[in-house]
Amino acid sequence: MKKYNKIISAVMASAMAASLLAGCGNSADGGASSTDGAAADNGAAAGTSDTTTEAGGETAAAGGAVIKIGGIGPTTGSAAVYGLAVQNAAQLAVDEINAAGGINGVMIEFKFEDDECDAEKSVNAYNTLKDWGMQMLMGTVTSGCSIAVAEKTAEDNMFQLTPSGSAVDCVKYDNAFRVCFSDPNQGMASAKYIGENAIASTVAVIYDSSDIYSSGIYEKFAAEAANQPFEIVSAEAFTADSRTDFSVQLQKAKDAGAELVFLPIYYTEASLILSQSSTLGYAPIFFGCDGLDGILNVENFDTSLAEGVMLLTPFAADAEDELTQKFVSAYKEKFGDTPNQFAADAYDAIYAIKAAGEKAGITPDMDMSAMCEAMKAAMPQITLDGLTGVGMTWDASGEPNKEPKAVKITNGAYAAM
Amino acid sequence: MNKMNAKLKLSKTAKSNAITYLIVIVVYLAVQILLAGGHVSSLMEGLLVPLCIYVMLAVSLNLTVGILGELSLGHAGFMCVGAFAGAFFSKCTQGAMPDGIRFFLALVLGAVAAGVFGIIIGIPVLRLKGDYLAIVTLAFGEIIKNLVNVLYIGRDSDGFHFSMKDSISLHLKEDGEVLINGAQGITGTPHDASFTVGIILILLSLFIILNLVNSRDGRAIMSIRDNRIAAESVGINITKYKLMAFSISASIAGVAGVLYAHNLSTLTALPKNFGYNMSIMILVFVVLGGIGNIRGSILAAVILTLLPELLRGLSDYRMLIYAVVLIVMMLFNWSPKAVAWKESMKEKYFSGFQKKTGAGASAVNTEKKEVK
Repeated sequence: MKKYNKIISAVMASAMAASLLAGCGNSADGGASSTDGAAADNGAAAGTSDTTTEAGGETAAAGGAVIKIGGIGPTTGSAAVYGLAVQNAAQLAVDEINAAGGINGVMIEFKFEDDECDAEKSVNAYNTLKDWGMQMLMGTVTSGCSIAVAEKTAEDNMFQLTPSGSAVDCVKYDNAFRVCFSDPNQGMASAKYIGENAIASTVAVIYDSSDIYSSGIYEKFAAEAANQPFEIVSAEAFTADSRTDFSVQLQKAKDAGAELVFLPIYYTEASLILSQSSTLGYAPIFFGCDGLDGILNVENFDTSLAEGVMLLTPFAADAEDELTQKFVSAYKEKFGDTPNQFAADAYDAIYAIKAAGEKAGITPDMDMSAMCEAMKAAMPQITLDGLTGVGMTWDASGEPNKEPKAVKITNGAYAAM
Repeated sequence: MNKMNAKLKLSKTAKSNAITYLIVIVVYLAVQILLAGGHVSSLMEGLLVPLCIYVMLAVSLNLTVGILGELSLGHAGFMCVGAFAGAFFSKCTQGAMPDGIRFFLALVLGAVAAGVFGIIIGIPVLRLKGDYLAIVTLAFGEIIKNLVNVLYIGRDSDGFHFSMKDSISLHLKEDGEVLINGAQGITGTPHDASFTVGIILILLSLFIILNLVNSRDGRAIMSIRDNRIAAESVGINITKYKLMAFSISASIAGVAGVLYAHNLSTLTALPKNFGYNMSIMILVFVVLGGIGNIRGSILAAVILTLLPELLRGLSDYRMLIYAVVLIVMMLFNWSPKAVAWKESMKEKYFSGFQKKTGAGASAVNTEKKEVK
């Protein structure tokens, strides 16, 4: 028995070593296909691996050098709808750009990795993409993961543009930029909008305390509300574990006599709140942020309940402008689904990378650090007319400057206010 | 080397333990050589610390499940306590003392905090056994996670502020800083975790557990597992030994939590990382590696952590393949037919090396009971 253990140990140790070597093989692929000096370092190792990935890398290299952009987001698990939207829209944008001649004539290669909405998995995904030879990162989709990955990109000096990481710390480092509004911005803008347009004098808030997005908006909203001519009469929280029954929160809002209920949450819960509120016979004005976008597409949801709901969103799928119409029809045709605001953010992110890349004159043979420096300098200089705003510009701090648009749902469609 | 062999012949357990340490050290050296040569991909490099964390978790849970014989489903809760205690300490004292000392103290604090929670939870919970214990530990794990999610702690020139409502009710001054921000957790924990530290901590946990198991106390703990009534009748203090095993196991999970917190700059208590999913994941490591088999849990933790990452190439199918592999491995390890087949294979190929062991079925039993 004991002697047998020795054999097990030997097998175990070699298995571990083998798995490391397997990882090494991947790194060799990445090195070989990035077509620059770095490949020489891994040259010896590259000789041993002849996987299909490497063959793919070679064909790409043969057709001219490419710029490799990576994406990270949840494509499995409860937040998969956001990750998939970003993945699809970014791929759509990349295909369009490649069809139109790429960035300065250079094709883009895009690869998306799953992070299951877990910070640890997100870092793994980032490292996987680095092995693939990623030169710029378009991600990550969710805030928590974005903060963890930003730490790594700052260490490696890799350019990072997150489409939807809205927490403040996502763009803490100067190599990171974002397309969406930051949470505090949304909270402040909402409070200002309600106050300045005198929509209501008493306000109730229902928010998700377990969600960074929702509690981030709520905190800033509450802080700004002190300066505005309305009063928060009730602020009730729910968590990810209790997001099906909202009758308690609604009853409290009703008892406090709130004229307006502010919902800084995602549309799935909001649709439940709207139907439960109508059962209670409570009809305040509902006001939400960009998370409410998509409420009209919830299955089995009576859209007449959403009549009169106001939301502050940078993107509405049924907007009239040409760019949105083109994007929505292309997206629908390809993926059979109406794009949400995450998709729009990702689409804009890829075009922002294109604009900045053209401005900076990036070339595929630049290493990621040099590319990051060039992109960092170019980002504040570009102006982008995108889906989520016209004339978007960026600060060197990483924040976008664009106007939040308030829309109201009338006759089952968004109407500008 | 000869001297070492002579010494090892003295005791079977000492030899077995030495092999366990040796495996860890050999793997460490192998990885260091590969790292120095630049032959390790970024993915593998990034996975080294998480691997250490999961190995520690699996080894520590094995103490509760394998040695004490009680099913605990709240292990991730202790990891959570350790992670938040360590990260909070680091966040408070960052810059006030050298990084090395601060990280060491954070590790100690995480171990103590998780150990104390282990005792607090253990006192009422360990009166139960079997399924009941499993359910109550599951509940405690969730309670810890949810408590952390409503905890707000801030600091300004007046000192610490504490709230269970939201960060506004902390009433911080201008110079204030929110340290623990409810569900948003702790951000900006310094990155102190390294593979070397992880390996040292694994060796330390192995040292504690293997020595405990082979000590007088360890035999008392195992006697509770094997026959509680008999153990009680010879005067073994059941509560004391149960608590001992439970809190040591919790402490090591706490240390793993500190390492986790210092490996990522963002720490949030999500169902994914500190919920029951994680507790069950750790239990899977233990069961798959063999209940009571420390070396097996190390191997299972390594394989099951690597697998989903190495399967990334399969994109959408990887979770499916992962589940299938899990089922196959479980069957291969534990189904009576597979065990009998392995035994016959072993006898066929390795009979030259060893004296004949017992028949398949009895071998399973000894494997279960014996601690390697």
